[in-house]
Formats: sequence, C-alpha cells, structure tokens
Amino acid sequence: MAVLPVAGLVLSGCTIPSFGAHPGVSDTSKQAFHLWQGFSVAAAIIGTLTTALIVWAVLRYRRRGDQIPEQVQYHLPLEVVYTVLPILIVIGLFAATLVVENKAVANPSTNVVVNVNAFQWGWQFTYPGSNALVYGQTTQSPEMVLPVNENVHFNLTSTDVVHGFYVRQFNFSRYALPGVVNQFTIRPTQTGTYFGQCTQLCGLYHSLMFFRVKVVTDSQYSQWLASFNNPAAKARYTAAVNTTNAELSSGVPSKATYTNFGSGK
Amino acid sequence: MTDVLHPVHVGDAAHDDHAEHHGPTGILKWLTSTDHKVIGLSYTVTAVVMLVIGGLFAEIIRGQLASANGTLVSFAQYNELFTMHGSVMIYLFAGPFAFGALANIIVPIQIGAPDMAFPRLNALSYWLYLTGSITMLSGFFTAGGAANFGWVGYAPLSNSLNAPGAGADLWIGGLLLTGFSAIFTGVNLTATIFYLRAPGMTMFRMPIFTWNLLVTAILILLAFPVLTAGLIMLYADRHFGTHIFTVAGGGVPVLWQHIFWFWGHPEVYILALPFFGMVTEIIAVFSRKPVFGYKGMIFATLSIAALSLGVWAHHMFTTGVVLLPFFSIMSLLIAVPTGIKMFNWIGTMWRGQIWFSTAMLMAVGFVFTFLVGGITGIYLASPPLDFFTHDTYFVVAHFHSVVMALVLAGMAGLYYWGPKITGYLLNETLGKIQFWFLFIGTQVFTFPMYILGLQGMPRRMAVYPNDPQWVHLNQIASLGAVLIGVSTLLFVVNLIYSWKKYPAGDNPWDAHTLEWFTTSPPPHHNFYRLPQIRSERPTWDHNHPEHRALHHGEHETTHA
Repeated sequence: MAVLPVAGLVLSGCTIPSFGAHPGVSDTSKQAFHLWQGFSVAAAIIGTLTTALIVWAVLRYRRRGDQIPEQVQYHLPLEVVYTVLPILIVIGLFAATLVVENKAVANPSTNVVVNVNAFQWGWQFTYPGSNALVYGQTTQSPEMVLPVNENVHFNLTSTDVVHGFYVRQFNFSRYALPGVVNQFTIRPTQTGTYFGQCTQLCGLYHSLMFFRVKVVTDSQYSQWLASFNNPAAKARYTAAVNTTNAELSSGVPSKATYTNFGSGK
Repeated sequence: MTDVLHPVHVGDAAHDDHAEHHGPTGILKWLTSTDHKVIGLSYTVTAVVMLVIGGLFAEIIRGQLASANGTLVSFAQYNELFTMHGSVMIYLFAGPFAFGALANIIVPIQIGAPDMAFPRLNALSYWLYLTGSITMLSGFFTAGGAANFGWVGYAPLSNSLNAPGAGADLWIGGLLLTGFSAIFTGVNLTATIFYLRAPGMTMFRMPIFTWNLLVTAILILLAFPVLTAGLIMLYADRHFGTHIFTVAGGGVPVLWQHIFWFWGHPEVYILALPFFGMVTEIIAVFSRKPVFGYKGMIFATLSIAALSLGVWAHHMFTTGVVLLPFFSIMSLLIAVPTGIKMFNWIGTMWRGQIWFSTAMLMAVGFVFTFLVGGITGIYLASPPLDFFTHDTYFVVAHFHSVVMALVLAGMAGLYYWGPKITGYLLNETLGKIQFWFLFIGTQVFTFPMYILGLQGMPRRMAVYPNDPQWVHLNQIASLGAVLIGVSTLLFVVNLIYSWKKYPAGDNPWDAHTLEWFTTSPPPHHNFYRLPQIRSERPTWDHNHPEHRALHHGEHETTHA
C-alpha cells in the first residue's frame, strides 16, 4: 500500500519541490532527481509523523504527579504494524531505486568516447579517434567539451591514488581507481558550462582539483574537434596517451610531471 | 512463591568486609586495579579527554571553513586535522566510551556479577587503549606530522610513497593497539554476560543495555580482527615490500576499501548499539514505565547486527566494482529494525509520567537527532542517490547527525550513571543549559551541511569556491560548532562545580535495574545482597511489587 504513493510521486516528480537537489542536465541525472524527490516525500511524511509523535509524547506525558502509570510493555498488533509497514516502504523504495539505477549504470552504444585520467592534482581528457586532448592541474580547471543530446561514453581511471569524478549538474560521481577502468555513459541534454571537482581525498591539493564540463551543440563540437587537426596537436596527443599508458602499466605515478601547480598554498 | 520478593544475601553487610577491601589507594590503585569500576572510570576519563581533543580539532576545522579561503591552517595541517579529528572521535572516543567506559562499569552490576570475567585482561584492554591513543596522537610530534589520509586511510594514498611520514605508521600502530583493546573487551564482555549472571537473571531478563553490549561484543569479535589483518597488510606494503594494495606488483587498491568497510560498517553499530542501550534504559526509567516491546527491541538489535555484516559496500557504491542491488536492499532493510527501536522509544514514553531530568532531555534529544541521521541515511542506501551525495557534505552532515546523537546519548549516560559510580549527582540546572547548547548546536551545525552537500561541496576541502551562499552556510555550521563547544565547556564546569556537592543515594531516579539496588558507589564486589530477579526490572519489582509489566489489554488488579 505504501509503495503506491511513493512510486506515483517518483513518476510525477516534476510538480513537487526539489528538496535541495539539482534537477539535472542529462537523462540519468533527471531520473536520479525524480528518485530524490520520491525519497524526500517519503522522508518528509515519515519524519513529520515520527517527530509529531515524539513532540506529542514529550508534551502530553510530562510528569504531572506521583502516581505510577500503567506498566504496559507489549502491544503485539501495534508492533506488527510498525514492523510490516516499514518493510513495505523499503520494498517500494528499493523498486524505484532499481529502475533508476539500471539506467544510471547502463552503457548503451555510443559515438563519443572520452578517456578521463585523474592524477594528483588534475585531469586529462583525451578523445580517442581524434587528436583532442585537454590537460590541466588544480585551478587551471581543464575543460571537457561534450556534444549535447549524444550518449558520451567515459573511460575513467587514475594514474596514482583514488580520485572522485563528480559533476553536480550530472547528479553523478564515480571513483577514478588506479589499475581499474571505470566505464559509464552520460547523455547531456542542456548546453552550458558545468563545474566539476575531485570528491575523494587525494592528498595535499585535493581542495583545488577542479575541472569544467562544457556542453555544446553538435556543430560546435565538430568544430572544436577539428581544431586539433594539426601535426602539433597530434604529437601532443600521442605523447600524452603514451605517458599515461606507461604510468598505468608501471603503477607508479611519476609525480615529477605534476609538481608544477603554481601558487597553490 | 509469594508475591513479596525477599532479598537474597550474598555477603554479610554487618561485617562489611568488602568495603574494607585492603589494597593500594590513590594513584597506585589506579595503576594496579583490576576492579571493573576503577578501569571503567579510567576509560571514562580518558575517553572524555579524547572527546575534548577531537572537539578542539573540529573547532579548528570549522574556523578554517568560516571563510572560503581560510588561512587559519595550511593545506597540509588541514589534512592532518580532519584525519585526526575522525580518528580520535571514532577510534579513541566513541567506541572506548561505549564499550570500554560505561559498559565496563555498568554491565557486571546490571547482571549481578562481582566483576568482569577476566579482570586482568580487562586491565590490559585499558592500558592498550591508553597507549594506543598516545601512539596515534604522537604523530603530531613527528617531522612529517600526523596521518593525513583521512580516518579511512584509503590505499594507495596511505602507502609509503604518498604518506612517507612516521605519523602514518603511528596511526597504524595506535589503531592496532586500540583494536586489540577492543577485541579483548569483546571477549571479556561476552564471557561475563554468558557466565556471570546472577541466579534468576535469564537472557530475557537482561536489561536492554546489557543485551546491546552483548551484541556489540559479538560484532567486535567478528569485525575487529579483519581490521587488524588489514592494518598488518598495509604496514607490510609500507615497509616489507609487499604489494597487496599496490597496482605495480599485481595488488588491488580497492581491496583495502573492502577490508576497511567490512570492519567499518559493523563498527558503526559497534559504536551505536551501546548508546541505543543507554537511551533505552534512560527513557524507560524517566517515563516510569517498562521498555515498550522489550523482546521486539532485542530482536531488532540482533537483526541490525546481522544485517550490518552485509552492507559494507554501500560505502563503495561509486567505486563501480560492487554489486549495487544487493548492498542497496541490505542497507535499506536496516531501516526496519531501526524504525522498530524508534517506535519502541516513543511507545515507552507514551502514557508515561516523564521526568525531564538532564539525562532524559539528552535522551529525547538523541531520539530526534538520530531520527534525522537515520532518515538521511536511507537516501544513501539508494545507489543513484548516493552517486551524487557520496563524498559531499551531505554525507558529512548525515553521519554527524548520527554521531552527535550518540554524543547526546553518551551525555545522558554520564548524567544517569555518573552518580552511581561517583556517589554524587551533577547540577541539573547547568546540565539543562548544557543540553540546550548541545541540542541546538547540533542542528545548527548539521543542517547547513546537508544543503552544502546538495549544492555540490565535496568533503575534506581546506578551501572552497567563494560562492556567497556556500560561505554563509559554512558560517552557520561553524556557529553550530561553537555552540557545541560551549556545551562541552559547560559539562566540564558542571563537573568542577558539582564536585562532591550533591550526594546521590542508592537509587536517585527510582530506576529499574540491579545497579540501582546496591550502594553508590558500589562496594568492592558490587553487592551485599541481591533482590529476587523475576523480570528485567528487579530493582523496580522490589520497590514496586504491585506494578508489574503488562501486556496490551491487561490491567493492573488493584490491591494485588
């Protein structure tokens, strides 16, 4: 019974408040946002009811005399109700979770692939099949360019410690693990520039490990890719990819490469 | 058997040979004692000192975050501070306070035992805890500073390449020592509760606090050895050239996360269950009613413990290498027994005669704060929602709601049981002022952090983008931290102000359980005599033989 309103709210999420979360600028982020709203409505109802019970008990049953109250210890039907009801709610929440989760972790076929390499303390974005390479440390905030309304496949890894790839407007984050290539797909639906940051503590300059995501139209994206169509960019790209592979295979981060972070504290 | 309960004499009060137990006094007594009450008191004092140290770290952290480009501490110092704040609070305060301090003092008395089953092992536990604490904290005095990789010590950030300093080794060493301390306490509590119960104290007549400590002890025995093994592997990686967590030699960094959280999630309940137990006792006593749904409460505790062993990877949803649906449903299910507890606490207050002593205020403060922490935890059990809240301030806010609830419960425990062990009550007016600072401070501290997390602020940042709204929210959170700091100061003031001022008597709260049947403080081996034990409330039964616990629909027969 409790499942129905929750599921209904998840489906018709647009008309209810945001409860603080971002509505999302990609397919899965919007679904995650609606799931958030559904959970929040359930939380608000349960939280309000329970708080009301606490407040009522505290106000109504203040000590008013020395008589000893009835020593009621068990009320089995009531206990069964507040055991079974939460189980039903949990099943409802889990069902809604499954629907959204399966989409969030799905990897449909794609044309656009971005390899993301996290390192202390910056990001490297390479676009296989082209010479596009973006690279930057800390407050240089390297900017990843993505086409709107296309499935973008990410291959995420780290050359040294664990990092967290997180873009708030995508309602998504994933660890960049050394020795593991994490794959996920995001389909941005709104053009714009979004702020990204490392979320997993990765050492001294973790606080400054920024990046940006710029979602552009298809033609702008093609133009951007074409701007890398020259021998210099190609040489840069090849060097970058080879460095990364060498580091990955040895597993030892060559920190010397990444120590020039300017005026970090 | 008549309805009148006859005290059972277990010692001769007239000769009082227990009270005249000849042994060392003063500092020598403290150094050599194997009495669970002395050890428990040592634990209490040490743990409260750790609470103050960890709290000071927190105040510095909140000072740094009061502006976007804080300059109070450097990046390096900031990393050390939050690492040691978390480590001190989790490893050196919350656990030892719960299963070392109050459990040590109260559990043996609650079950009518003269001491713990292994008194010397108990002393060893304490000294391992103290030396482990000093070891971990001494990292601050090494050249490279204290450990700086977060209290979770994720590989490979914690390897010898990324954390070369001695501070990291001292962190591992301190954790090994306190870990063994916990394991020995787990052994001791389990043996004590299974073998030293007084005649009549069957399992289903044990107070909830004792029950929760039994379950805690079993969880310690299941979880802590895994952490110990993991720490030894980490140390071997750092110093003996193994590659367990290093990609280079074919190792798997994420294995550390599995090992750590296989300990780490049961640890959450190892911390929480003792505090749940304290609150359960306190709410019942000050509502003048038995614990509502006593047996349901026990089964809820058991199922929380069982589930807690199968949820560790919900800390790892964003690693991309764990089975999401399994860990999601297991984590969501924990809400069910936790909800049962919540409703049992409310049911206990229902139609009671609630006496709002400081202990009861703290306990009610716990119930509300834990409700907030519990509900926000449900979001995190859902992987798609965890994806965008993981490692943000939303998570920080969630677990601070939970642990601040535990601090409220711990304070309730100190105000409630402190008089039993010292013989003196604390000042109630100061206590109530302390409560309001602590309770309001907690909410002012946590609520802005929930919003910050949803707005995308990651945790463990020494500086953050200069967005006016972020700055304001951080300043409100810092104000909350100041209020909490004032509450701790008020507690210390109260301890000094009330020093030997208000004699407690044996049973100042008209309480239920055996510890209130003996003197305050109890004699050397705890009891001169025991009442008959026919329920989980032997002292209440003895004092109010006509007011036994009832099932729904039953009513008291007058003039029984």
